Amino acid sequence: METNGKTPKPTRRLFTSTAAAAAAGWILTACGPKRLYEAPRAQLKKAIADLERQYRERYGKNVTVSDSQPIPGVEFAYALDISRCIGCRRCVYACVAENNQSRDPQIQWIRVLSMEKEKGVDFSSADPYYQPAEVPEEGHFYVPVGCQHCREAPCTKVCPTGATWTERDGIVVIDYDWCIGCRYCMAACPYGARHFNWAEPNIPPGELNTNTHYLGNRPRSKGVVEKCTFCIQRARAGRYPACVEVCPVGARKFGNLLDKDSEIRYIIEHKRVLVLKEELNTMPRFFYFYAT
Amino acid sequence: MPRETIRLFSGFARGSVKLILKGNRAYWLWLAFLGALILSGALAYANQVRTGLVVTAMRDQVSWGFYIGNFTFLVGVAAAAVVLVIPAYIYDWKPIREIVIYGELLAISAIMMCLMFVCVDIGRPDRFWHLIPPFGHLNFPRSILAWDVIVLNIYFLLNFAVATHILYRAFHGRRYAKRLVVPLVLLSIPMAVGIHTVTAFLYNGLAARPYWNSSILAPQFLASAFCSGPAILLVVMQLLRRFTRFEIQDQAIQKIAELMAYAMFLNLFLHGAEAFKEFYSGTQHLLYTRYWYLGLGGHRTLVPYAWSAVALNVLAFALFIAPATRRNWITLNIGCLATYAGVYIEKGMGLIIPGLTPDALGEIYEYYPTIAELRVAAGIFALGFLVFTLMLKVAVPISLGEFRDKEDPGDLGSPALAGH
Repeated sequence: METNGKTPKPTRRLFTSTAAAAAAGWILTACGPKRLYEAPRAQLKKAIADLERQYRERYGKNVTVSDSQPIPGVEFAYALDISRCIGCRRCVYACVAENNQSRDPQIQWIRVLSMEKEKGVDFSSADPYYQPAEVPEEGHFYVPVGCQHCREAPCTKVCPTGATWTERDGIVVIDYDWCIGCRYCMAACPYGARHFNWAEPNIPPGELNTNTHYLGNRPRSKGVVEKCTFCIQRARAGRYPACVEVCPVGARKFGNLLDKDSEIRYIIEHKRVLVLKEELNTMPRFFYFYAT
Repeated sequence: MPRETIRLFSGFARGSVKLILKGNRAYWLWLAFLGALILSGALAYANQVRTGLVVTAMRDQVSWGFYIGNFTFLVGVAAAAVVLVIPAYIYDWKPIREIVIYGELLAISAIMMCLMFVCVDIGRPDRFWHLIPPFGHLNFPRSILAWDVIVLNIYFLLNFAVATHILYRAFHGRRYAKRLVVPLVLLSIPMAVGIHTVTAFLYNGLAARPYWNSSILAPQFLASAFCSGPAILLVVMQLLRRFTRFEIQDQAIQKIAELMAYAMFLNLFLHGAEAFKEFYSGTQHLLYTRYWYLGLGGHRTLVPYAWSAVALNVLAFALFIAPATRRNWITLNIGCLATYAGVYIEKGMGLIIPGLTPDALGEIYEYYPTIAELRVAAGIFALGFLVFTLMLKVAVPISLGEFRDKEDPGDLGSPALAGH
């Protein structure tokens, strides 16, 4: 730039080329058919109708695929009472059935870790494959881990195609039709919450849950990532997630963080609450607490 | 003159095909060998596409493995060009300047292999276009993988443009356009640093994986990259000298070996610094480093690899730092092989697998690649070497002035590339 004392005036050429470059940049980053869930409603409706037809052909049953939206004024959160959990894994199997997880190869969104009371919450000495005759075992406690629905979610940040994001009600979701299966999110997740379809998922038609959501429990294809969605198909319809319903000891609590009178708010305000791997600053919406 | 351009281009294409089809027994055996590996890899990959990534040893616990390890290593190999560009253009060191073009051809092949390794690793390769705007959506600037896609492709195009320009001009019997080539070549220096830094940041930025979440990762990537790329190149240079009329001065080769010694020293030093921090502070984050060097309990699959990598790297450093062993062709080549193998192990298996073992919830799943993964990987390497071989087959005669547009007398004497 010449220093002749005057501010250089942008030439017409400079202006037009800058404008052209900006326009090109905008087109490259902002246009085009993107993730289906962001597409016009009509397009989403058509895609959903196609999906329902495909599922009917594949499973011989009528499957509904909901696209219900976040409810204004609702932000979901979860709390789990470590002192109550007995490690029975009923939540794991209820989750598999509700959310149409592949039976073979086996995918489970919840992993229950058996920990030694002597060591406290220590992942390096945790055992996910405990098989005693009876639970709970002497000297052990249990920490079920699934998606923590982080406010600062490391997984959505790294996704190269934007196929996973946080919904306005706090649920971290995946568009299974947009995921390319690079598994960067799995490397980024500190909780081992994300699972990959290493082979074609397999659900016996008789066991298929036909009440599904586009961003939730609809059947997936091989080569894409999946994870817990707080049972989005239930939560947005005002129901508890399957794991909350099935828990025999009432260790699992779920509710609206924005509702001052909710159970979840009571727990956070009155109990000893912790989050996993706090030092990573992921700010989970999934809290663990000791009620007794 | 489009007509003239078409004539020239078709002459170039026909001549190139003729050159590629001409070769001795060793050449055809080499091509047949590569062809067999490519075929085997293609069959294995077809099966992987049909049944899914379940044919690999990767699982939810270790969700990246051999493919991504090879990808990471090959990003390093792509630095080869730049290791030559720095002495050639910054210090105007002529003996190396003549071979810069081969570094660029190697970089082109290496980046091609990188992109292929990413393609075979993803679960839905049919959706690759989801990354490409305006049809898809690239999560830029949030995702470092988006950055990597961008810088790798720019680096590829950069090297491709420079190499084709120089060769095409030489074929035409003309010097390359200095005003075009020199800035592009200089730009390739920050770009090479860029592809390594961004690839390192890909892992580095993940707080979930303490083994990668160390700021030493990017410098260490650069240091090891400046070893692995030239290691291949030095062997290629010697083969070219042997089988063609192409002349490369001894001092050029030895100079590169000397530079590799410094890079290897830096690499070993950075590894040492990291190992010190981990072992002396002895936090829970030591688990991953311990898994690599010592094993965890009975889980010791990678331990022999870890110590072979250390031994090979130390050997390479010793051979390249001593002038006597650098000048001896036998020890020089042993050094090259040791560098290549050492860096291959530490950057492939040694970076990816301990990063994911134990997994985020403390489970130890011992990953070891399956035959299917090895076949696919061998196929990609063979395809990369095939491309490199064919490019050399055309590029060498051009730079020797043997392959030249007949109707164009040009303004250069033979050989066309020398003396610029």
